[in-house]
Amino acid sequence: MGVAVLLKQVPDTTAKISISEDRVDEASITKWSISPYDEYALENAIKLKESGFGDVVAITCGPSRSAKCLTEAAAVGADRLIHIISESPLDSIQVQSLLSAAVKESGCEVVMCGKQAADTNSGSTGPGLATTLGFSCVGGVTEVSIEGGNASATRLGPSGLEQVEVAVPCVFTFDKGDSELRRPNVRGIMMAKKKPVDGFSAEDLGVDVGDSMVEIKSHSSPPEKKPGQKFVGSDSVPEVVSKLREEANVI
Amino acid sequence: MSVTVISESSNGSLHPVTAQLVGAASSLGESITVICPGGVGSSDAANIAGVTKVISVEGDCFESYDCVAWSKAISPLVEGDLVLSSSSAVGRDLVSSIAASMGVPVVQDVTSLTEGFSATRPIFSGKAIEEVSISSPCAISLRANSFESAGDGGNAEVSTVNVSQDITVAVKQALAKASERIDVSEADIVISGGRGMGEPANFSHLEEVADILGAAVGASRAAVDTWGEIPHSMQVGQTGKTVTPNLYIAVGISGAIQHLAGMRSSKFILAINKDADAPIFGVADYGIVSTWEEALPVLKEHLSDLLSN
Repeated sequence: MGVAVLLKQVPDTTAKISISEDRVDEASITKWSISPYDEYALENAIKLKESGFGDVVAITCGPSRSAKCLTEAAAVGADRLIHIISESPLDSIQVQSLLSAAVKESGCEVVMCGKQAADTNSGSTGPGLATTLGFSCVGGVTEVSIEGGNASATRLGPSGLEQVEVAVPCVFTFDKGDSELRRPNVRGIMMAKKKPVDGFSAEDLGVDVGDSMVEIKSHSSPPEKKPGQKFVGSDSVPEVVSKLREEANVI
Repeated sequence: MSVTVISESSNGSLHPVTAQLVGAASSLGESITVICPGGVGSSDAANIAGVTKVISVEGDCFESYDCVAWSKAISPLVEGDLVLSSSSAVGRDLVSSIAASMGVPVVQDVTSLTEGFSATRPIFSGKAIEEVSISSPCAISLRANSFESAGDGGNAEVSTVNVSQDITVAVKQALAKASERIDVSEADIVISGGRGMGEPANFSHLEEVADILGAAVGASRAAVDTWGEIPHSMQVGQTGKTVTPNLYIAVGISGAIQHLAGMRSSKFILAINKDADAPIFGVADYGIVSTWEEALPVLKEHLSDLLSN
């Protein structure tokens, strides 16, 4: 038993993203955080633990700096920390094969992660990992409870908000819900600093990642907008409405 | 080259983004197969110009969305070296699973795609643009309204495949129906409100403007976090949805960096805010310095005059 929660370290969403030599300039990013949707996965994993479901195993895949997000997870209650150390960008298949090996190593049959990361915004990991592991997958959930071998989840699906049931093993990808995220207390932070991080290379996990099939050619800043026209007072609304039709051609 | 398109559906019929997927596929492949999960919209898919054939895949597992079951039913039917889907929540979820079961990489939310494959996509919710080259075979999801739709006038053959895939995710109870209103990520026009709206009940004024324009209603993170009545599904920004409508109207939104990331690629931006120094005016094509209480009634009146003529 136990829950594996997948965490990705990303630039804080308040960070400005600047570009240097055709790449996002990581050196200019002053604050790195756990990707916001992953925090909801972590919160639910800890709630499951409190209801007696077993340990929380926090797993991240990324460069050395990303071990910090595991320590942050330990400070709010993660029991075991697994860091898959990977310095170079990986494609979806590579990420999923590494995470799949780490989840197997953890022995967990319930996996929780965010529905997408705040950097790539992709959302490929949860469903891809479920498929690789042969688990079921429920996406966009806000709450999961487990009894026996069955999980009950609230998800925002294509037909609306619904309660679904799924058998374990399963991967759940989290949306932002009503859950209040817990903040670490001083004792949690002190304990977390002493908690060991199990570092694994691809070789340690027995994974041959091969070459990435997706090559990043460049990063660039979005085109700058030219300064707009500014009007003062509601009297200007009729003029703006006619501009929306005549100039902008959008209504 | 052959391309397989996974069709998109909404409310039991084919979603118009499917024609955009076919449009993108047409510039890359000679043969285009459209797979319709659950058979939804298969005859409409056959009418899209350029479609070679349509596979209507049917079975009990298509009663409600079940990522892995759908993917197991669909993956064996995929032909060619490129799978395209929409980058909607279901589209990207499903194509991730299909890609994993085929052992090919997936690249999401692509806004331009050329042979080879070379693709561009927004990252950090639009704070930066990434250009990648992707080895074939692969799977790619495309952002709605980024590719020209294929026309109609096609006459493709529709074949039906029945599958008996086990259902793994069972819906026990519907808690709330999906909003009747168009989603912010799909709409041509979006009107969003921020905490400057004062209280959530005042979003009814935005809804009235939205009804005139056929627009979706969105919200800033501040509004969603402050008021439980405003659901996260309406949130535009880095921890919500990224939108690229033709017209984005921001009302009572100051323009935090996370919000700007999610809407700055909109074609035209109109901002209404009482604070002349609000950062939202930095990205707006048209800015009106006014309270919403004064501006919205005039906006409503003039829009309905203009659009009823």
